[in-house]
Amino acid sequence: MIKKLILSVVMLLLGTGVAFFVFKSEPKLNKNFETQKSFFKNHPFRLGLDLSGGSHLIYKADTSLVPAGQVGDSMSALRDVIERRINIFGVSEPVVQVQHGGFVSGGGEQLIVDLPGVTDVKQAIDMIGQTPLLEFKTEAPKDTPQTATVDKDGKVTLDVNSQFVSTELTGRYLQKATLEFDANTREPQVNLQFNDVGTKLFAQITKDNVGKMVAIYLDGAPISTPVVREEIPNGQAVISGSFTPTEAKTLVGRLNSGALPVPIALLSTQTIGAILGDNAVNAGVKAAFVGFLLVVLFLILLYRLPGLIAALSLCIFISVILALFKLLPVTLTAAGIAGFIISIGIAVDANVLIFERVKEELRSGRSIADAVSTGFSRAWFSIRDSNISNFITALILFWFGTSLIKGFALTLGMGVIVSMFSAITITRIFLSALVFMGEGKVARFLFSSGISK
Amino acid sequence: MFIIKYKKIFIGISIILVILSFVSLLVFGLNIGIDFKGGALTEIVYQTERPTQEVLYSNLETLNFGSILLQPTGELGYIVKSRDLNDAEHYSLLKVLSLQDKNIPTEMSFNSIGPSIGRELTRKAILAVILISLAIICFIAFAFRKISSSATGRQGVASWKYGLIAIVALLHDVTIPVGLFVMLSHYYGAELDTLFVVAVLTILGLSVSDTIVIFDRIRENLRNQTATAKADFSEIVGKSLEQSYVRSICTSFTVILVLLALFFFGPVSTKYFALMLTAGMFFGTYSSIFLASPLLVLVEEWQKNKHNK
Repeated sequence: MIKKLILSVVMLLLGTGVAFFVFKSEPKLNKNFETQKSFFKNHPFRLGLDLSGGSHLIYKADTSLVPAGQVGDSMSALRDVIERRINIFGVSEPVVQVQHGGFVSGGGEQLIVDLPGVTDVKQAIDMIGQTPLLEFKTEAPKDTPQTATVDKDGKVTLDVNSQFVSTELTGRYLQKATLEFDANTREPQVNLQFNDVGTKLFAQITKDNVGKMVAIYLDGAPISTPVVREEIPNGQAVISGSFTPTEAKTLVGRLNSGALPVPIALLSTQTIGAILGDNAVNAGVKAAFVGFLLVVLFLILLYRLPGLIAALSLCIFISVILALFKLLPVTLTAAGIAGFIISIGIAVDANVLIFERVKEELRSGRSIADAVSTGFSRAWFSIRDSNISNFITALILFWFGTSLIKGFALTLGMGVIVSMFSAITITRIFLSALVFMGEGKVARFLFSSGISK
Repeated sequence: MFIIKYKKIFIGISIILVILSFVSLLVFGLNIGIDFKGGALTEIVYQTERPTQEVLYSNLETLNFGSILLQPTGELGYIVKSRDLNDAEHYSLLKVLSLQDKNIPTEMSFNSIGPSIGRELTRKAILAVILISLAIICFIAFAFRKISSSATGRQGVASWKYGLIAIVALLHDVTIPVGLFVMLSHYYGAELDTLFVVAVLTILGLSVSDTIVIFDRIRENLRNQTATAKADFSEIVGKSLEQSYVRSICTSFTVILVLLALFFFGPVSTKYFALMLTAGMFFGTYSSIFLASPLLVLVEEWQKNKHNK
């Protein structure tokens, strides 16, 4: 008897502990969130793009030129390059995934990019798609015809591009780029280090053009046109345009991230504004809360004391599930929240099955303690069966789904598993601890259901 | 039990509802969303004043994007449906919608799905439907594996017929919400999207267990009766129904409660999803009580008549 009481108290304390964790680690609930320990701070709910706002992009990678055995390698190289590019822009928690073609997905090799908080698609696409084009050009021979435009004020503008001719030296021969600040002017400048081939080319160009200008072109526009003073044999060049430090840093990042190993094309875009996401979160929380209250009300009205106990274990169920969402972590989407809300309804299914059995046993004249334990054991098979079918569905949906479906399947599946534990084990512990109430009229009233006579 | 007594009426109601669903499916057709056929959906909200549809339509014609559909949403918003758009096209669409920057709307969401992604999703959805149906049928076969020979064999219905009836009930549970959805999509513009498929599959999982719980009870009662005092098959089914309908309704009711909360208070994106599941849950419970068990009795009666002839 004492044992059962202690077990119940331990269960309650554990449940409270889990609920406390959920509360503490949520910035919206906890006013002192900023001062919390990092353990709490590191576990907020992870919201999917449809809730937090952001962009979801699907790219098709053209691997037709890659030998069959190396497709996997070049796809992961592609992912790394894209990841580096995104990181330069300081997007928090971007997700870049490779999806291989195959029987299930049908399509070819794809790259899926999730950018939370980025709602400007154009910016996002630019961020990913841009391969920096670095070119070195030399002065055109004097006799080259030069194009010029005359604007309406009669001012003649010389077309800069016709002044220079391309050389072989491009960003392809770049080994690395670094950001430095000029010792005298404190202006940011970008240092380039070429690889062996690049070094030779650069030495040749500088040798041939002493006293002339060499233009450094970035994405088709000249950013720096220094005059060569002497041959540079060590393969080092400096771009000192009029950069802001941020621009210089971005340029260095882009130069270092290099070219894409395989060409990519955008297949699908999805952007959700932050307002829409916020609305969805609020609506989801409200629906969960209302659903929970309705279920609790129903349980208590219909099953009295056991109903109250079931409501209590439902609270523990919700705390455990929410804590799991935070710890695993599970990325929550609108569909995922729907799955969670449905699992609140399913979680008490098992309790209803048990209580109906207990009621039957009570009617057939058993004592309360007997009725409770027989009720639990007889209801087990029905509980198992009804949960198996839900679990099968959740499993297959998870296997097949897009991210939207996966979110739903995951929360529903977790709900099914955790609910079996909460509805059976926890409710049983609490109920068996309450059996000490004896066999009085009050106890029998409390244990019978509202609609039984 | 009145349900068994008037079984033909209840079976009739189910048949009529299923036929109605099929008819609405044939008449209205499925309104397939961009998830599966590809296309773009742009949701915008104007700050102060919403231009009329006519003005926007005539401006949008200059884009040459093919057919574009404008649906008013909320007080100041529109949902713009078009073919899938690339970056530049998206930009020029926004430009036109802002009336050349005279009335710049806020873009709430933009979703453009290329046709190949749509085909891929369709393929996945079909595979998932097939696999889950197979898994559920296997599950039903597993649940009814035991009773083929023993006590029930002498009287009543073979095990596989229980399974078959469970599947018929399941089809009924799925068909009616689909019919409902077709009506919704015709009158309120709901589109068949990924969530629709998820809803159908979840209904399969949720409603099969209800039928199994009641069939379990019937088998338990068949097994428990003594060989000498054989009751009529329909009486046993009636008795089993009486014992289990309360809990069958209660377990579904809790799920329906949360689904209704999701429908009335939940995110816009899951509204139709919640409604479909509610219908699925409701008809799932209805079918396990008012369709599956009466069908069982009907099958047994047919068998007896055949035997007596």
